[in-house]
Amino acid sequence: MTHVVFDQLTKIYPGADFKAVDDVTLDIPSGRLVAFLGPSGCGKTTMLKMITGLLRPTQGSITFDGENILGVPAEKRGAVMVFQNHLLFPYMSVGDNVGFGLKMRKIDKKVIEKRVDDMLELVKLPGVAKRRPNQLSGGQQQRVALARALITDPRVLLLDEPLSNLDAHLRDEMRGLILSIQRDLDVTTIFVTHDQEEAVLLADQIALIFDGKLVQYAPSTEFYERPISERGARFFGGLNFVPGTRQGNMVKTSIGSFQIATQGYEQAPEGDVMLTIRPERVQIVSQPADTNCITAKVSNTIYMGTHTRFKVQVQDDIEIEAARGDFTGSIETGDTVSVHFPEKRIWVVPRDS
Amino acid sequence: MASASQSKKPQKLPGDKPSWLWPLFRTSVLGFILFMLSFPIIAFFINAFAFRWFYPQLFPKNLSMDAWENIFNPASGVDLWGALSTSLFIAVTVTLVSLIIGMPTARALGMYKFKGKRIVEFLILAPIIVPGIAYVVGLNINFLQLGLASSVFGVMLVHLIPVMPYVVLTLSGVFANYNADFELQARTLGAGPIATFYHVTLPAIFPGLVVSGLFAFLVSWSQYILTLLIGGGKVQTIPLLVFTAATSGNNARAAAISLVFIAPAVLILILTSRFLSGRSGAIGGLGKV
Repeated sequence: MTHVVFDQLTKIYPGADFKAVDDVTLDIPSGRLVAFLGPSGCGKTTMLKMITGLLRPTQGSITFDGENILGVPAEKRGAVMVFQNHLLFPYMSVGDNVGFGLKMRKIDKKVIEKRVDDMLELVKLPGVAKRRPNQLSGGQQQRVALARALITDPRVLLLDEPLSNLDAHLRDEMRGLILSIQRDLDVTTIFVTHDQEEAVLLADQIALIFDGKLVQYAPSTEFYERPISERGARFFGGLNFVPGTRQGNMVKTSIGSFQIATQGYEQAPEGDVMLTIRPERVQIVSQPADTNCITAKVSNTIYMGTHTRFKVQVQDDIEIEAARGDFTGSIETGDTVSVHFPEKRIWVVPRDS
Repeated sequence: MASASQSKKPQKLPGDKPSWLWPLFRTSVLGFILFMLSFPIIAFFINAFAFRWFYPQLFPKNLSMDAWENIFNPASGVDLWGALSTSLFIAVTVTLVSLIIGMPTARALGMYKFKGKRIVEFLILAPIIVPGIAYVVGLNINFLQLGLASSVFGVMLVHLIPVMPYVVLTLSGVFANYNADFELQARTLGAGPIATFYHVTLPAIFPGLVVSGLFAFLVSWSQYILTLLIGGGKVQTIPLLVFTAATSGNNARAAAISLVFIAPAVLILILTSRFLSGRSGAIGGLGKV
């Protein structure tokens, strides 16, 4: 519904000598679900607060559908934030909490009651309007907080770590709820998280932010298969990094030369690079292949339940990790194995200086 | 679990002290404290209704309402209604003003870290440490120059000095446990600054506000020396009447006025007692003193 654009957005807190948000330009198309992902303190919550109007940017602008909203006070922006710890007003009933936004607009009581019931229905909590917030479980409180935000028909919905406080099974439930509501209401939604899994589970697009800077803004698959920095790749669970030199379709490293596919590497850097391959993509093979194959000794096997991780020592300072789901127990620590890097699964990133 | 419940409620073993000893001890200590606290008030009651109660009578021989008729009769020279309304007006105004000034101060002290915070805290506490007589004499000269002496307004100003520490201390305890994110939440939901204060901040700090208001009222209500010196005798409050009656040797009258003096304080205390319980956290700030 609302097309949100950041233009060279920068925030320096008073008295701070660093940029909490550093020159971020970002385009969030209408009706999308976008994650701001980054470690804590990277500036993602600052960005959220600037959208809501709770903070003023030092430089740059934010527009909703082309209209600069920096001059609009927080209460008139229609950018509603759901905080991580729900923040239901404890001295109000659940119904009054949900109806708060409409009460502020001086809407008729009867209308509010009706809308509150509808909203509680939407978040699958019918009939709790009369209860006190502390009579609900954490997951239910979160859904009430969501209902309270949605009742105002927000132009932009902002969620702060929406799944972080929930147990594994509640996570799935909440994820399903957020996705279905977001699709139904078609509301532009931005959420912040430090958990890449949470970001991948929910978002159409992820904006990866390190130290206030936007590192990569892409669909979630890109972050696994086509990261654009070593740090970004590591953040998404990348573990295998081998320094090398790329020339065309060959990457020369100290553990051997690797062939990479001819297509799909137009954007990848050349010259001094870091070769990387995800643990799930590394193959342990019984018959050494002709290319992209190295011999190494298994230094550790870790059974993870759904898969098994193998650490193989290629050189004194280079260890490769492989994850296999179909492990049958035939490989043990100390075995010498052949490790194959499929040519389409190898990726290169610039070396971090 | 079994051992934990046992340690909470020890089972009686042979040779243990009888179980009635502890309740007896507790009740007698409590009774003693209550007696010590209420005894002077009992004495006031007897005095106020006694007719010529002198040593060596243990109790007055005759009771009378003379003292009460006397203090409520304007012809007696005691302007009780005037003093009562002056006292009330001053105490209520001082309470409101102190809360209005105290709220932002306490918020800053309770919620933020800043340079010189310790100094600010010390300066706010200073009026509790420094006796009123030490500063009021000097202040009187300034007030005379400014034309504030002998006025109700001047008395209110000087009352604020001992009142503020109590208000700021109680409220900063409240704000130390206060989550301002609730305000941000209200703002994004469409509440303006005033609506946010009314619907979010005020209900959250209300118990603390009541308690600090109570302190403010009582401190102002019981001021004697500050009122006497700044008011210059022109501003007559109840404590001043009590003192005049007491020094004139009319015990019955002094006792009757004293009861009038105590009454509003007790009444307010009873009405607000539910906010004084430790669970509301309203007086948490006192732990910091």
